[in-house]
Amino acid sequence: MTYVKPISTFWWLRRGSYFRFVLRELSSVFVAWFVVYLLMLVSAIGSGPEAYHRFLDWSTGWVLVLNVVALLFVLLHAVTWFNLAPRAMVVPHVPPVVVLVLHYLLWLGLSLAVAWVVLR
Amino acid sequence: MADTITLQVARYRPGQEPEPVFQSYDVPLRKEWAVLDGLNHVKDHVDGTLSYRWSCRMGICGSCGMTVNGSPVLSCATFLTDYAPGPVRVEPLRNFPVVRDLVVDITDFMAKLPSVKPWLIRDDEPEPEGEYLQTPGELDDYKKFSMCINCMLCYSACPVYALDPAFLGPAAIALAQRYNLDSRDEGAEDRRDVLSSAEGVWACTFVGECSTACPKGVDPAGAIQRYKLTAATHAVKDFLLPRGAR
Amino acid sequence: MRRRSPEPLVWLLFSAGGMAAALAVPVLLFLFGVAFPLGWLPSPDHAHLLSLLRSPITKVVLFGLCVLALFHWAHRFRYTLYDGLRLKKLSGLIILLCYGGALVGSAIAGYVLLRA
Repeated sequence: MTYVKPISTFWWLRRGSYFRFVLRELSSVFVAWFVVYLLMLVSAIGSGPEAYHRFLDWSTGWVLVLNVVALLFVLLHAVTWFNLAPRAMVVPHVPPVVVLVLHYLLWLGLSLAVAWVVLR
Repeated sequence: MADTITLQVARYRPGQEPEPVFQSYDVPLRKEWAVLDGLNHVKDHVDGTLSYRWSCRMGICGSCGMTVNGSPVLSCATFLTDYAPGPVRVEPLRNFPVVRDLVVDITDFMAKLPSVKPWLIRDDEPEPEGEYLQTPGELDDYKKFSMCINCMLCYSACPVYALDPAFLGPAAIALAQRYNLDSRDEGAEDRRDVLSSAEGVWACTFVGECSTACPKGVDPAGAIQRYKLTAATHAVKDFLLPRGAR
Repeated sequence: MRRRSPEPLVWLLFSAGGMAAALAVPVLLFLFGVAFPLGWLPSPDHAHLLSLLRSPITKVVLFGLCVLALFHWAHRFRYTLYDGLRLKKLSGLIILLCYGGALVGSAIAGYVLLRA
C-alpha cells in the first residue's frame, strides 16, 4: 500500500542543478559538430585555395551562429570537466587544488601553442 | 518578523487517499527552531496523526531526512527562519516508496548495503592478537567516506537512482570505498564484481547532486568517479596480463 | 570467471576524449569558427595551412583528436538519451547508433586526413 511518485520524462526541468547537468551532457553534441566542421575545413584546405575561400565564405552565415553556440557549450564542457577532475583523479600527497590549477595551466599553455602554430 | 510560519506537509494515509495531499499547519517561528521542531509542535499540539521519523535531532542518526521546498535535507538541521516568511513545503524523501505521510520505505537500500561488504575483510588466519595499527595519514585516506550516516539524502537527490532503481547508489558505493581505501582491509577484490557491474559505478553519470545533498561532506560522487578509474585500470590489466600474473 | 564488460573500455575512451576535447576544441573552434569568420583575426593564408596539414604530426594529432572526441560524444550522448529522454529500453539501438556512429566517423576522419 505504499505510494510511488511517478517521474516525468522532463524531470530535469524541475531543478536548476538538474537542468545545468543536462546542458553539460548536451555539450557532447557540439563536440561532435566540431569534428564535422574540422573535417570539412581540412577537406577544403586539401582541395586548394579556391575551396578554402569558399569554405571561409560559407562559415559566415548560419554556420557562424551555430559555431558561437557550439563554442559556449564547449567552454561549458571544458570548465565543468576541469572542475570535476580533482575529484576523480586523486594523486597521493598532492592537494586537489594543485591538480585543478595544473589542468587550467595545461589548457592555457596548449591553447596558446595551438594559436601560435596557426597564426605564425 | 512574523511570529508564525506555515508548514505545508504532505499527508499520505493509505486506504484513505490514493496519493499524497498537502495539509497546512501554522507553527511558531522561532530563531532556534528547525523544521523538525515545527513538525514536533504539530504532532504534540495540533495533529497527533502526523507520521515522520526522527531520533537524535543533532545530525547524527540520519532518521529525519525529508524534502523541504524541493531539496533533500535533514529536517533537524534546516531552520525555519531560513524559509521565512514561508510557506515551507515538507514532503517525504524522493525516490523511495512512501509508507505514510513523511515515512519512506528504504528496504531497497538495506538490501543493497551488505552486497558491497561494508566491513573489514582480512585474510590472516588465525586472527592476530591485539589491534590492526594504522597511521593518521592512512586514516585520512578514507576518513571522509566513513562519515556516512545512511540518511538517504544522496539517493533522494540522485536522478540516476530515480530513473533506474537497480542502481547500487551513492552511499553504498561510498561505503565500499570507505573499506577499499582502509589500509587494514584486504577485501577490495571481493567487492569488485558488485561495484564494477553495469548497475554499479558505470550507471553513474556524475550529476554530483549526491555530494551537494550530503550533510556530512562524504562526496559519494567523487568516490564513484575514483572507483571508475580503479575499475578501468583493473580491466586494462586483466586484458593485457596473462591470468597467472594478475 | 568474471563477465567481461566493455563498459571500462568505452569509459576510458570517453574520459580521454573529454580531456582532449576540453584542452583542444575551445581554441580551435574559437579561431576557425568565430574569430576568422568575424574578421577579429586575419584568416591564415592557404599555403601556410596546407603546409601545416601536410605534416604527418598534424595528421596524427588531428586524427587522434577526432577519434577521441567522437567516442566522447558517443558515450555521453548514449547516457543523455537514457536519462534525459528516458530511452533506456531502446538501449540496444542507442548503443549501435552512438558507438557505431563514432566508428564510422573515425573511418571518415582517417580518409579525409589521409587524402588532404
